[in-house]
Amino acid sequence: MATEILSGKVHVNTTINGESTDFLAEPRESLLEVLRETLGLTGAKEGCNDGNCGACNVIMDGRLVNSCCVLAVEASGADVTTIEGIAGPSGLHPLQEKFLEHAALQCGVCTPGFLVSAKAMLDENPNPTEDEVRWWLAGNLCRCTGYDKIVRAVLDAAASMRGEG
Amino acid sequence: MAVETREEAVTIKHHSVDYSVVGTRPIRHDGVDKVTGAARYGADVSQPGQIYGAVTRSPHAHARIRSIDTSKAEALPGVHAVITSADLADPGEKVTGGGEATAVPLKHKSGNVMARGKALYHGHAVAAVAAIDAHTAGEAAALIDVDYEVLPPVMDVLEAMKPGATLLHDDLHTDIAGEASAEPSNVAAKFLFEEGDVEAGFAEAAVVVEREFTFATVHQGYIENHNALALWHGDGELTVWCSSQGHFTIRAEVADILDVPISKVKVIPTEIGGGFGGKTTCYLEPLAAALARKAGRPVKMTMARADILKATGPTPGGYVRVKMGVDSDGKLTAGEAYMAFEAGGYPGSVVAAGCMCVFAPYNLTNVKIEGDDVVVNRPKTHAYRAPGATQAEFASETVVDEICEQLGIDVLDFRTLNSAEEGTWRAGGPAYGRIGHKECVEAARGSEHWNSTLEKPAGTYRGRGVASGFWFNIGFTSSAIARLNPDGTVTLLEGSPDIGGTRSSIAMQFAETLGIGFDDVIPMVVDTDSVGYTDVTGGSRVTFATGYAAHEAANDMRKQMIEGMADVWDVAADSITYENATFTANGESATFKEAAHLLNEDTQQIIGKATVTPEKEGNAFAVHIADVEVDVETGKVTVLRYTAIQDAGVAIYPPYVEGQMQGGAVQGIGWAFNEEYFYDDDGRLRNATLLDYRMPTTLDVPMIETIIVEVPHPGSPFGVRGVGEVPIVPPPAALAIAIYDAVGIRYRDLPMSPHRVYAELAARQNGAEA
Ligand code: FES
Ligand code: FES
Repeated sequence: MATEILSGKVHVNTTINGESTDFLAEPRESLLEVLRETLGLTGAKEGCNDGNCGACNVIMDGRLVNSCCVLAVEASGADVTTIEGIAGPSGLHPLQEKFLEHAALQCGVCTPGFLVSAKAMLDENPNPTEDEVRWWLAGNLCRCTGYDKIVRAVLDAAASMRGEG
Repeated sequence: MAVETREEAVTIKHHSVDYSVVGTRPIRHDGVDKVTGAARYGADVSQPGQIYGAVTRSPHAHARIRSIDTSKAEALPGVHAVITSADLADPGEKVTGGGEATAVPLKHKSGNVMARGKALYHGHAVAAVAAIDAHTAGEAAALIDVDYEVLPPVMDVLEAMKPGATLLHDDLHTDIAGEASAEPSNVAAKFLFEEGDVEAGFAEAAVVVEREFTFATVHQGYIENHNALALWHGDGELTVWCSSQGHFTIRAEVADILDVPISKVKVIPTEIGGGFGGKTTCYLEPLAAALARKAGRPVKMTMARADILKATGPTPGGYVRVKMGVDSDGKLTAGEAYMAFEAGGYPGSVVAAGCMCVFAPYNLTNVKIEGDDVVVNRPKTHAYRAPGATQAEFASETVVDEICEQLGIDVLDFRTLNSAEEGTWRAGGPAYGRIGHKECVEAARGSEHWNSTLEKPAGTYRGRGVASGFWFNIGFTSSAIARLNPDGTVTLLEGSPDIGGTRSSIAMQFAETLGIGFDDVIPMVVDTDSVGYTDVTGGSRVTFATGYAAHEAANDMRKQMIEGMADVWDVAADSITYENATFTANGESATFKEAAHLLNEDTQQIIGKATVTPEKEGNAFAVHIADVEVDVETGKVTVLRYTAIQDAGVAIYPPYVEGQMQGGAVQGIGWAFNEEYFYDDDGRLRNATLLDYRMPTTLDVPMIETIIVEVPHPGSPFGVRGVGEVPIVPPPAALAIAIYDAVGIRYRDLPMSPHRVYAELAARQNGAEA
């Protein structure tokens, strides 16, 4: 992928939520900064900026990453899915529906990160146990819910995606 | 009494009212936006032409600021403005706070936003810059040269109170019942609550237990960073976007700190990503406004997590001593408590609330409670969920457990025998109305958890603990405006930021009042120009007080609609009845929706409104049961099972009541086991990251079982008590008691982190071997 330095900024071409996207970024800018401030995709949140809260999580080339710990220029040629890309054209993703049904959010600021993380888990493991869900989501902090309803929502979404719900 | 059991939650109702909307589990109004990333939180808002602010912070815990040289920062390309405290208004001796309950000297509020003369804690803001992007702003902030005279830091409450201690403020005198002490002191205020005759009470006692407790400074730990965006208009009007627990409070504080008329300031609330008491005051808002004024551009600011931990209000660490006496029948005869709480760099800890809560679950007529509010070189503390209660009741509940042990009385029987009930006078008053502590104890006694035996396989150390909790739940002022739409829906405007589903819990009370559907009400949290004054989202007050306002606004709407329909039908208003969401008079009838249409055709605008200041506190009680396992090799404690029982009054929106109970319990578990500010000898905070300031993750906690007890609050139209805060109160005590049950050691210092737990186990082991 061609990257060109323009007045200290680098031209990056990437795919975000299925759409080819171009942006200019300083080498020191994180993917999170560019998503939020340059591209206006504010669904990913900053909670710590150092990889400890998961609020900024996105899926990059099939891998769950903290977008605060990825440089924007590293997204060159990558395929990025953010919270804005989780719902399909036909409606909410089962995870989103189950989060609502189970009241798995209070303030909701951690919710995008949890949904993205949970989606990445279910992409790999469609039939997780409670322990596996807790293990996978341990990189996402939620200060409001105590996690109970989040874990239930993820297990229920997994069941419904397997056709058991 | 009716018991409802769902898969994971139980509700026990001590009333027979049955509502059609209240008590149901619909999807919250703002839900879809919050699961798709569309919801706009503070930092998600931008304005054309905005630039970015950054703050220069003190590297010292205590230092006199001799001078600030901003020239290098100003010279950096891309920098538009630099400010210091000189760019804020001279606070003089004014007070600020937006309401009586939160009034503080302006010099303290403004000084905390930006240091004046002295930096009082590590991370205290001393200057700020605005630049073309956040990175340039950060570079410029680092170029500001501050000449500090470093002073000895005063970090510990008990040290700070000693004669000869270094003073933080030369002009701070101890306030004792409104009188100022002659000499300046680090003790900002002394509180005393006294009822009955403590000495006589202790003389009657068969068992007296007196213990000392300490607890570390902990942070609310909301996941959303503080933020502000300020824009000045050509006519001198200021608009501020920010996430806060109360935009009317932010408006008042910004107006005072900048000395602009309050009518010129509009604060637009965004979604808020958690607060827990920590977002009831301003930090960045006045700085963004002062920078924007100087730069002539909108200025956006966000606070980095390290700065949040260093410089926004944690909740006080400190010291509590509790002494309680019981007679041979197990009846409490007297209670005495002393507590000293860290206020941080400026006065105003929550020690008085701690004093009023310490014995609140019990009927105790002989009490003496003293509290000291002490300034230290730590960030100015703020409310954190049931502020002061957790610290105080950690101490008293642990003592209660020890008393039960000495008397050989069951801990739930003790609580039934001694529980506060309607008419019991709480220290600091007033006497309780109808409350539900006894009912919570009953619910605990009947719970599956309490009645199941804790398995203790050989070689494991497991135990169970129970503790009660109390928090007032406040009223304060709330407003609501309801606009009838032509299609028969209602747009409900309110001024309470929604931190966890309160749009819906308020709308449900509105809908119930008029007999309309959940989806017929469209709740919106609106700016300071668009609704009447509303106090902060705090004190567990929103579903109670703003819900009350919504109920009154609904009544106002019904009255106006009846009058309107009287015109439409040309009948007397008093001949119209409204039942089952239908207006009827003389053979005419119209549903609510039809009436809305008719009134609109008739060009009638129906706008119901109300402002309420309900007097009666909700008085929330909780009882928690915890099972733990202690790893004696490492000192790590694992929670095996946890049940939270709480009197919610009437649970308006049960899934979110359960959520508050679960979330509060888990914050309490974090407080009990992990969370702690580590300061070095120079008063620098050494764990200002979310890796080192470790809050519970999914792996640290089990499912949290809930039992909602419903003893309706007589001061609310629907019996709401408020639910947000009390669930954080019992966990530290319940867990300390469970650990004692497991290993036979009483832990009286928070947090009970592995190294502390292990140290006592090792000391006992060494003692036994010696
Ligand atoms: S903001 Fe990226 S992990 Fe917290
Ligand atoms: S819902 Fe608030 S942090 Fe998770």
